[in-house]
Amino acid sequence: MPALFQKSANRLPLQLILYLCVVACVATAGVTYYMTPKYTRVGYAPIQPVPYSHAKHVGELGLDCRYCHSTIDTAGAAVPTAQTCMNCHSQIRTASPALASVRASFETGRPIPWVHVHVMPSFVYFDHSVHVNRGVGCVECHGKVNEMDVVTQRKPMSMGFCLDCHRAPAERMRERKDVFNLDSPTIAEAKGILVAREFIREWKISPPQSCSGCHR
Amino acid sequence: MRTIYLITAFVAVLTVSLLGLRGRRFVQPPVDVFPEWAFPGMKYQPKLTQQTASPFFADGRSDRAPPPGTVPASYGPAGQALRNDGFLYAGKAPDGSWARGFPRALKVDMALLERGRDRFTIYCAPCHGALGDGNGVMRAYGMGATASYHDERLRKMAEGEIFNTITSGKGQMNPYGDKLAPADRWAVVAYVRALQRARTGVVGDVPDHHKGELEVQ
Repeated sequence: MPALFQKSANRLPLQLILYLCVVACVATAGVTYYMTPKYTRVGYAPIQPVPYSHAKHVGELGLDCRYCHSTIDTAGAAVPTAQTCMNCHSQIRTASPALASVRASFETGRPIPWVHVHVMPSFVYFDHSVHVNRGVGCVECHGKVNEMDVVTQRKPMSMGFCLDCHRAPAERMRERKDVFNLDSPTIAEAKGILVAREFIREWKISPPQSCSGCHR
Repeated sequence: MRTIYLITAFVAVLTVSLLGLRGRRFVQPPVDVFPEWAFPGMKYQPKLTQQTASPFFADGRSDRAPPPGTVPASYGPAGQALRNDGFLYAGKAPDGSWARGFPRALKVDMALLERGRDRFTIYCAPCHGALGDGNGVMRAYGMGATASYHDERLRKMAEGEIFNTITSGKGQMNPYGDKLAPADRWAVVAYVRALQRARTGVVGDVPDHHKGELEVQ
């Protein structure tokens, strides 16, 4: 009668353990790479009801962010009203089919169903005004919107992303005049980190790192 | 054993080729790694926030317009509870004509002018131009004739009427009252006055300590 197990079976437990280690490594790498907003959210560029191009309006015409997002430094983020579009488009490209829903919205008062790109969970209480009024530039979280034909999420907007800046704000602050200039350098880039730290001290910037800073 | 490793490698390559790398562009809504049905939490609460949709209201939006006649509890630079200052909020003198000068609640100083320049550059300059001569960037794109502030008519216009033009619009110009709070509108009026004054400036207007900066004496 031959042996029930061949001699090579002695190595089997070791090989199995080794294989499980390899699988664990591959799985960990996969989860780390794929199961974070850096993969699931960055690059999200939904098709909007109106093919509005920020590259055209901001990059080319040089409109300020606040021309349309006018409540950003007082009451928070807001998508502009149809009237804001019609300020110019009552005279420019008045017959463009791309603007049909803007004209309809302006006449009827029914909002344009824009698709929300940068979505925060409901338990995150983010306020734009406190950020833009104290030196956090739009570009820090939204990327170079002035070069985008279609608004695309560029930063993960995860809690880690928020905390990176809340823990080390000096590296990312801008002069107040540069906050809405998406091509401007940070203070640290332009004048060095020491000047940026001085700015943090002068403006008494102390971003909260406690849970209740952002969660209620 | 070798086969198993090969299969594992194949699965890994397959996953990467199906899921792609980070930063690719996509139009479908992002996948939720911890979906609500599997991990119920409070990520998506049914509360209404600003500018969201709501089937509850006939017009489909969560933002409600204030009922007619509503007045904000605290408003304006001096914190007036009611908009009873006709000059400050409507640019009108007590006799109903357009008021001249600036409301008493505001101090016309450098800070107000700087605020005016800031707001003017955002909201007015695209059409009216940085100098107020009607040569904004929009002209090249087909914006019709934009009034120049340096016309005799506009130089003589009462401040209250300029304020009202910003608030309610005029002719082809849409109202900007929704974008500029009353105090900001007055700041813009002050800056417009500064632009008009600057256009007619002569060398004698330049303070002595700035004379050296002039190219033409």
